[in-house]
Amino acid sequence: MTAPIETTGAAAEAQPEAVLEGVPSKRIEGRSLGQIAWLRFKRDKVAVAGAIVVILLIVIAALSRPLQSLLGLDPNEPNQSLIDPNTTLPLGDFGGMSADHPLGVDPKFGRDLLARVLEGSWVSLIVAFGATLLSVAIGTVLGVVAGYYRGRVDAVISRMMDVFLAFPLLLFAIAISASLQGGAFGLEGLPLHISVLIFVIGFFNWPYMGRIVRAQTLSLREREFVDAARGMGARGPFILFRELLPNLVGPIVVYSTLLIPSNILFEAALSFLGVGIQPPQSSWGGMLNQAVKYYEVDPQYMLVPGLAIFVTVLAFNLLGDGLRDALDPRSR
Amino acid sequence: MTETTDEKTTGIAEAAPAAAPLLKVRGLVRHFPITKGLLKRQVGAVQAVDGIDFDVYPGETLGVVGESGCGKSTMGRLITRLDEPTGGSIEFEGRDITHLSTGGMRPMRRDVQMIFQDPYGSLNPRHTIGGIVGTPFRLQNVEPEGGVKKEVQRLLELVGLSPEHYNRYPHEFSGGQRQRIGIARALALKPKLVVADEPVSALDVSIQAQVVNLMDDLQEELGLTYVIIAHDLSVIRHVSDRIAVMYLGKIVELADRTSLYEAPMHPYTKALLSAVPVPDPKRRTERDRILLKGDVPSPINPPSGCRFRTRCWKATEVCATTEPPLVALRTGHQVACHHPENAPDQAPEDTPGKVSKTAPK
Repeated sequence: MTAPIETTGAAAEAQPEAVLEGVPSKRIEGRSLGQIAWLRFKRDKVAVAGAIVVILLIVIAALSRPLQSLLGLDPNEPNQSLIDPNTTLPLGDFGGMSADHPLGVDPKFGRDLLARVLEGSWVSLIVAFGATLLSVAIGTVLGVVAGYYRGRVDAVISRMMDVFLAFPLLLFAIAISASLQGGAFGLEGLPLHISVLIFVIGFFNWPYMGRIVRAQTLSLREREFVDAARGMGARGPFILFRELLPNLVGPIVVYSTLLIPSNILFEAALSFLGVGIQPPQSSWGGMLNQAVKYYEVDPQYMLVPGLAIFVTVLAFNLLGDGLRDALDPRSR
Repeated sequence: MTETTDEKTTGIAEAAPAAAPLLKVRGLVRHFPITKGLLKRQVGAVQAVDGIDFDVYPGETLGVVGESGCGKSTMGRLITRLDEPTGGSIEFEGRDITHLSTGGMRPMRRDVQMIFQDPYGSLNPRHTIGGIVGTPFRLQNVEPEGGVKKEVQRLLELVGLSPEHYNRYPHEFSGGQRQRIGIARALALKPKLVVADEPVSALDVSIQAQVVNLMDDLQEELGLTYVIIAHDLSVIRHVSDRIAVMYLGKIVELADRTSLYEAPMHPYTKALLSAVPVPDPKRRTERDRILLKGDVPSPINPPSGCRFRTRCWKATEVCATTEPPLVALRTGHQVACHHPENAPDQAPEDTPGKVSKTAPK
C-alpha cells in the first residue's frame, strides 16, 4: 500500500519543475471568457446580421434630427398640395411616393413619412432602452439579494414580484398617463411623456429580470468560490457584487437584449392606445394608431411604421438569441 | 458526560507534546433541522455532527477519515466557521470562536484558511488568477511587502505555477493546477491552520501525489498545521501525524498514524483498513477482508448506544444500551468501543450475542 505512494511521490517531486518547464517560450494567447464568447458569436451569421442592424438603428436614431435636416424633411410640416381634398388621401401611387418623399406622405396632413419614421425611431429606442435599463437595475439588485440571502428576504421580494406581475399594467399605464397629462415633476410635453413611459414600462417589467437573476444566484451561491470568499472574511456586498454579479453578466445581457424589443412593442402599444407619446410628436406606435383608420384605402401608411417596428424587434431578438448562445452555450 | 470529558482530556494530555493545542474542539454538534409544512415546524434533524471532541496541535497534520455522509465535511465547515454549530465549543489559540459573528470572525480568517474539494467550483471563473490569489489581501486590508502583485506572483511560484499565469483565467488550467491556485490563495495570508476538505479526491491519482507532496513541503517550509479531510486511506496515511476516524457524526477512534494502522482498536477502523487494496497479489490472499453488511444508518434516526452496532460483528447488548465513550486505552490512542480489538475488552461481563460476521476470504 505504501509502495505506489512512494513511487508517485518521487515522480511528483519532479513534476512542479515540469510544470515550469512546460511554460512555452512562444507565448500562448490567454483568452478571457469574453474573448471566447466573442469568437463564438462571430461564427453565428444570423446574430451578426442582427447586431449590424441594431447598430445601424442606434446610429440612425441618434442622428435622426441631423438626418432630417440633411434630407430637408420636417416631420411636422403639412403639405396640403399632396393631398386629395375630397378623400384626404395622398395623391399619386403608393401613398404619394415621390423623389421628394421617398416613403410617401400621410393622409389628411401630407406630412413626410420618412421624416416621421426617423423622428419616431429615437423616441421608441430611448423609451425601450430607458425602460430596459430601469427594469434591469431593479431586477438585478433585488434578484441577487433574494437569491443570496434566501429565507425571509427572498419571501418578501418574491411575493413583491408576484404582485407586480399580477398588476393590470395596461390599465395602470392609462391611468398614470391620463392623470399626468398636464405636467408633473417640473416636466411637460415630450420629456414628460417619455419619462412616464420609461417609468411605467420599466417599473413593471423588473420582475422578469428579477426572477432570472434570482434563479441564477440560487445555483451560484452553492458554488465553492462563494464559501472561499466567506472563508477569507468577505462581507455580503462583496460576495454579491464582486463574486456573484460578474457571473450573472451573461444572462443579464442576454435577457436585456430580449427585453428591449418587448419594450419597443409595449411603447408602440401604449402610443397606439393614445396614452404614450402624444401627437403631433411622431412615434411608431402613434403612427400605427393613425394608420389604422386608413388601412383599406392607404395600406402604405401602416406598412411604414409596421415594418420599422418589425425590423427593430426582429434584429434585437436575433441579437439576443445569438448572445445567449455565445455567452451561455448550455442553454441551447 | 463530564467524566468522559475528563478522561479524554487526560488521554490527550498524555499523547500530546507539551504545546498548547492550536484548535480545541469540545462536544461539537451540528444538527440540520428538517422542517415540514407551511409553518416550518421542525419534525426532526439530520445529526450530521453529533458531539465530537479533538485537539489539533501546532505543526501537526490531523487526518479525518470516514465514509460518505459521516459528517467529516460538516466538521470542516464548522471549524472554519463557514457554518454555525448547534452546540459545543471551538477554541482557536485559546479563544472561543464558536458563535463569533461574521465581523468578529474576520480577523481570525487570516489564521484559519480552507482548501476546497472541487478545483472547478472553488475558483470564480470570472476572475483572473491574480485577482483570485490577491483577494485575501484586499479583503483583509493587508499590504504585503513589495505590493500585492509581487506577493501573488511569489505565491504562484511557491505552489509550482509560473508567475506569468497572473492574468490568466481559471478555465485555462487543469484540475491539478487549479488546486495549486486554491492552495496559493489559502496560504496568501500565512495562516496557522489550514483545513483541507478532500483536497485531492477530485484529482487524477498521479496529480493527487503531486498536490499531497506540495502540501507536505509547504507544511515544512511554512510551519503549517493541517486538518485534512479525506476518504482515501492511502492519502491519509501518507500525510497525517494523527488520524481521527468518523462514523455517523461521531469520532470512533483517534490515534497517531502508526498506532492506528498497525493496531486499530475500533472494529469500524479495522473494517475500513481491510478494504484498502493491496497492490501485492501474494499478500492479498493472506489477509482477511471484513465486509460490512448494509448501509450507514440514517443520521436522522441513528441507532441507540454505539452507532456502529448495527453493522458490527462484535455487538452485544451493552452496545445497544450504552454509548461507548471516547477514551484513551493506550497512550495517545483513543477509541469509543465496548469490545475493542487489540486492547482489553471494556465490557467483558457482556458475552457476545452474535456470531462473527467476518467473511473469510
